[in-house]
Amino acid sequence: MGIQLYLYLSAILFMIGVVGVIARRNAIIVFMSIELMLNSVNLTLVAFSAFLGDVTGQMLVFFVMTVAAAEAAIGLAIIISLFRNKQTVNLDEINILKW
Amino acid sequence: MVEQLLQSLSRFLPETTLTVALCSTVVVSLFLGRKSQATLFVALAGLVLATWFSFDQMGVSETIFSGMVAVDPFSVFFKLLVGLSAILILLFSLYSSEVQSTLHRAGEYSALILAMALGMFLMAGASNLLMMVLAIELTSLSSYILAGYTREASDSSEASLKYIIYGAVSTGVMLYGISILYGLTGATDFYGINRALTEESVNSVALLVSIIMILVGFGYKISAVPFHFWTPDVYEGAPITITAFLSVASKAAGFALMMRFFKVSFIDANAVGLPTGVWTSLQGFEWNKIVAILSVLTMTLGNLVAVWQNNLKRLLAYSSIAHAGYMLMGVVVLSDKGLAAVLIYFMVYLFMNLGAFYVVMLVANKTGSEDIDSYKGLGHRSPLVSVAMVIFFISLAGLPPTAGFIGKLFLFAALLDATWIWLAVVGALNSVVSLYYYVRVVRNMFLRDPEGNAEPILFSTPQLAIVMLLLLPTLFFGLFYSPMVELANASVMMFGIR
Repeated sequence: MGIQLYLYLSAILFMIGVVGVIARRNAIIVFMSIELMLNSVNLTLVAFSAFLGDVTGQMLVFFVMTVAAAEAAIGLAIIISLFRNKQTVNLDEINILKW
Repeated sequence: MVEQLLQSLSRFLPETTLTVALCSTVVVSLFLGRKSQATLFVALAGLVLATWFSFDQMGVSETIFSGMVAVDPFSVFFKLLVGLSAILILLFSLYSSEVQSTLHRAGEYSALILAMALGMFLMAGASNLLMMVLAIELTSLSSYILAGYTREASDSSEASLKYIIYGAVSTGVMLYGISILYGLTGATDFYGINRALTEESVNSVALLVSIIMILVGFGYKISAVPFHFWTPDVYEGAPITITAFLSVASKAAGFALMMRFFKVSFIDANAVGLPTGVWTSLQGFEWNKIVAILSVLTMTLGNLVAVWQNNLKRLLAYSSIAHAGYMLMGVVVLSDKGLAAVLIYFMVYLFMNLGAFYVVMLVANKTGSEDIDSYKGLGHRSPLVSVAMVIFFISLAGLPPTAGFIGKLFLFAALLDATWIWLAVVGALNSVVSLYYYVRVVRNMFLRDPEGNAEPILFSTPQLAIVMLLLLPTLFFGLFYSPMVELANASVMMFGIR
């Protein structure tokens, strides 16, 4: 199998993530879509890393995973603090400030 | 290997100091009770030390930790800028009612400000894609939390949520761009990318896509249109001290990283027949046209939307978007002259923008409102602070004899020098528009009678001293600008670039 197939797959995953962020209105699902985007990045990095015979790409993957975990942790904390104030996680109802 | 690491560590002293200070604030807030300002002072001491150690690094030019971080005049300049603004922000915090009313959480506040400053110090020096991502993330993650610091106010946590969603998406897009760039060049450090692009030609469409995706990440960090949507909401919802910090330091670090990335990765070192300081891009890749379009969009939208704002914090948010647009004009040129103009602008911007936010904070402490209407008659109620505000606004609009004029002058000079005349004209027209909304506030302060309560507002001496600390440089550098210009000219040098 060539590298193209992996790149197509990761591009498709990335697009699904982007569409999810734009289309879904539930903050938690938006965060899941962001995770999908970051994981498609990991797939690209691993594919290139194997293709180039260079381990740097695989090392990058670990850092991307760490960043994703930290982002998810803070994101969920913020959602909880907002939920305490407004009793909703629907982005359409979170509109004191103009978007 | 070990010697190399030890050598690198000695050059990493400012960052190490910040890390130690960060841990100390956590420990101090654990032991010294939760109702004291002690942590703010520990953070202040750490920042002063770190800034001092960066000052010590002036004149050094090398990369440390096998090319991860560059310590050169360019990064030292931005470390000083970030350090100075963080120190000022902590001084503001001592008098901010938002911070003082939640003193039981001052430990977290100081620790997160230090973490943000650490991230920005690393952004100033990062010369590897990995370091770049981690530095941006460290800064962003701390600022997401700080934006929602007053968690009792629901607009604060809403601002925080919007911030993290926009931030996480643009980080994702930027990482995807980075993964493509890594695939094309097989390198992660900027110098390696430059070598790879010099030696072999790559697929130009893939290169363009990856650069645009990386630009999304930078654009979000410096709040360039069309990645600016978070800016007004976050600036309005966050505590004023944090808003001021984001508008100056975060933007400066973003610009530093962006300029280093483009200049180091895409400079054509073999281009012949060019005078020093002018440079061409590798593989005929005209990324600066993209940046020129971003710049025009950013300043025009920022200025036009600012005209309609009634909340002063939101107005200053749009004004800061417009200022990012002006500074992008310098990035378009990216010759030594263009870089120096951006550095000069940042020095000026530090004083005038922090000054404007500080006055907004002082007034909001007393009147509890940030609406432009609540500034009616302020000139009679508190003359000194109002006059200071007028001077900050004149400087932001770029009129002589203030420092803001000098900043704009050098930007336009660099543009005309590089024959980007149409861009300079757009910039000048924008400055005229910006005058309108600044004058609107000034008119409210001096030509309108106060509504209702007309008693004088009194401020304490230290509060006024901080106003003076910001006001004097704004005036002084407007008249005697040569030290500023010399510092900027000495600081444009990046490691490995002639």
